[in-house]
Amino acid sequence: MDLLECYRLMWRIRLFEEKVDQFFGDGTLRGTSHLCVGQEATAVGACAALRPTDYVTSTHRGHGHFLAKGGDPRRLMAELFGKATGYSRGRGGSQHMACYALGFLGSNGITGGGIPIATGAALAIQRRRQSHVVLCFFGDGAANQGVFHEALNLAAVWKLPVIYLCENNLYAMSTPVRATFAIPRIAARAAAYGMPGHTVDGNDLQAVRDAVAEAASRARDGGGPTLLECQTYRLVGHSKSDRRVYRTREEEEEWRARDPILRLGNALLAAGELTEAQAAQIREEEAREIEEAVAFARQSPVLPAEAALEGVYA
Amino acid sequence: MSNQDVSGSGGASDRFRELYFTEALREALAEEMERDPEVFLLGEDMGVYGGCFGVTRGLLEQFGPERVRDTPISEAGVVGLAVGAAILGARPVVEVMFMDFITLAMDQIANHAAKFRYMYGEQARVPLVIRCPAGAGRAYGATHSQTLEAWFLHVPGLKVVAPATAADAKGLLKSAIRDDNPVIFLENKVLYQSREWIPDGEFTIPLGRARRVCEGGDVTIVAYSRMAREAEKAASILAEEGIGAEVIDLRSLVPLDIDAVVASVTKTGRVVLVEEGTRTGGVCAELGMRLFEEAWDSLDAPIQRVTAPDIPIPFAPELEAAVIPTAADIAAAARALAES
Repeated sequence: MDLLECYRLMWRIRLFEEKVDQFFGDGTLRGTSHLCVGQEATAVGACAALRPTDYVTSTHRGHGHFLAKGGDPRRLMAELFGKATGYSRGRGGSQHMACYALGFLGSNGITGGGIPIATGAALAIQRRRQSHVVLCFFGDGAANQGVFHEALNLAAVWKLPVIYLCENNLYAMSTPVRATFAIPRIAARAAAYGMPGHTVDGNDLQAVRDAVAEAASRARDGGGPTLLECQTYRLVGHSKSDRRVYRTREEEEEWRARDPILRLGNALLAAGELTEAQAAQIREEEAREIEEAVAFARQSPVLPAEAALEGVYA
Repeated sequence: MSNQDVSGSGGASDRFRELYFTEALREALAEEMERDPEVFLLGEDMGVYGGCFGVTRGLLEQFGPERVRDTPISEAGVVGLAVGAAILGARPVVEVMFMDFITLAMDQIANHAAKFRYMYGEQARVPLVIRCPAGAGRAYGATHSQTLEAWFLHVPGLKVVAPATAADAKGLLKSAIRDDNPVIFLENKVLYQSREWIPDGEFTIPLGRARRVCEGGDVTIVAYSRMAREAEKAASILAEEGIGAEVIDLRSLVPLDIDAVVASVTKTGRVVLVEEGTRTGGVCAELGMRLFEEAWDSLDAPIQRVTAPDIPIPFAPELEAAVIPTAADIAAAARALAES
């Protein structure tokens, strides 16, 4: 995936999330949703370094990961609307979507729940002598779950082809990392498991892409797992009810200045790889794509009530 | 339901061999591993040690360390890995050394393994077996003696299997491994030492089909796992007294062969439900309600249940023996019912 495509994809995610935010605000959508506004570079940068045949596991904040792995915005939006055309046919919702054909093994409503799942997928790959890798997204909060320790240890012992990508957005809901870690860098934990660990500027798409590419290459060569800590920031609240009382508006403004989309856009403009007109056109095209997704979702039917009783067992 | 509910899928024959329960389980694992390269084993001390109870003894030599994987003591991580491998088409069989330790893996079982199929639809299959040495009777104390199957009945998406005989252990484990759903497979630790005749050759036993252990017209006794053996002994005691007890071994709790139970209760009008686990919110509580709903017209007397009391399992062998249901307890309950 080249940088222009990455730029386009980041806009797709941003506009998708802003639309979802609007819909939760005006009551169009019910339930809850966790938006990744401000974290687009980790999603897109990581997936840009993967092959289509590689796998990704995601989190409760998974719309961006799914779109970056090739998810169709129409089917994502339809799922948020609870419609039969959604990825989970309305049975999953925001935190419970998957498309195995795209290598997207699922968002996950349990913090840290995807970490052993990703590790097990890597075990299946290794057993078959395949060259795929698994990229496991999780947040700083999940790094304090017990399964983080168990899974990373297992992956290191068995040299599994998995990349653990911690999106450290500084807050587990409202609780800051300084209150939940006694170490300055989450990546430092890698040493305890005997795997490489790196801290990366998570708002720098190219830095994320390069770090994941290197980790993927090592994993494909049998070199085992890597822990990457991508430092980033969600520019919106944890979920729709969050009034952001735990952080200052000044801090938010500082991070807004480091907006990953602006950063990549400015870099591309400076390098002459993008013009202002092209940038505006990309944004307009993606806005249209999201409007089409909304129209698709609105027009789609809900499953009949009796279908709620089906499909518990294979 | 039948007495000989064994589906031969190969060399099943009229010939029988005497095997320990553990050997029957080992045969099932070995045959399924031979048949399907995606089947592999994960657990603590499975390899050189052969599993805490010797079930996997010799399989490391036969299949190598990639397919008989010793794991760190990380139940949540290991079960989670198995779920992740299963969704990509592997067929992992996890041994949780004592069923009590499955508590550590509950999130992966209840929130992940059990729900993926429903949420993600037909793309998702979780062909996973979790083998659980379970039960009291060995004086291992409160954290090494539980039978926790009732918890798993309450999680839609799981199957729960609990064989009582060596033949069923083999045939049901093979079916569990071939099933595309997560299966909690109970192996009662006391049964490991029982040695029984089992059919020669390869055979499977379908999940969800109860076994009529013995026929009788006066009272039905419903049990599973080790308690099915106690119920069988109780039926012998009762037979000497002229009371005809019909014993139904459920074999699996999910799927549940409620039809077999209802059919027997329709005949006898009296039923005793038995489980080794604790009483409140237990398997018998659910079974009793099902019979209330589906066999009320046939009942001539109140449903009775024989269970452990609502206590942690005590250590002292004398105390432990006093709280786990026995054939005598079951016979007493059935006798009182038959005479009512």
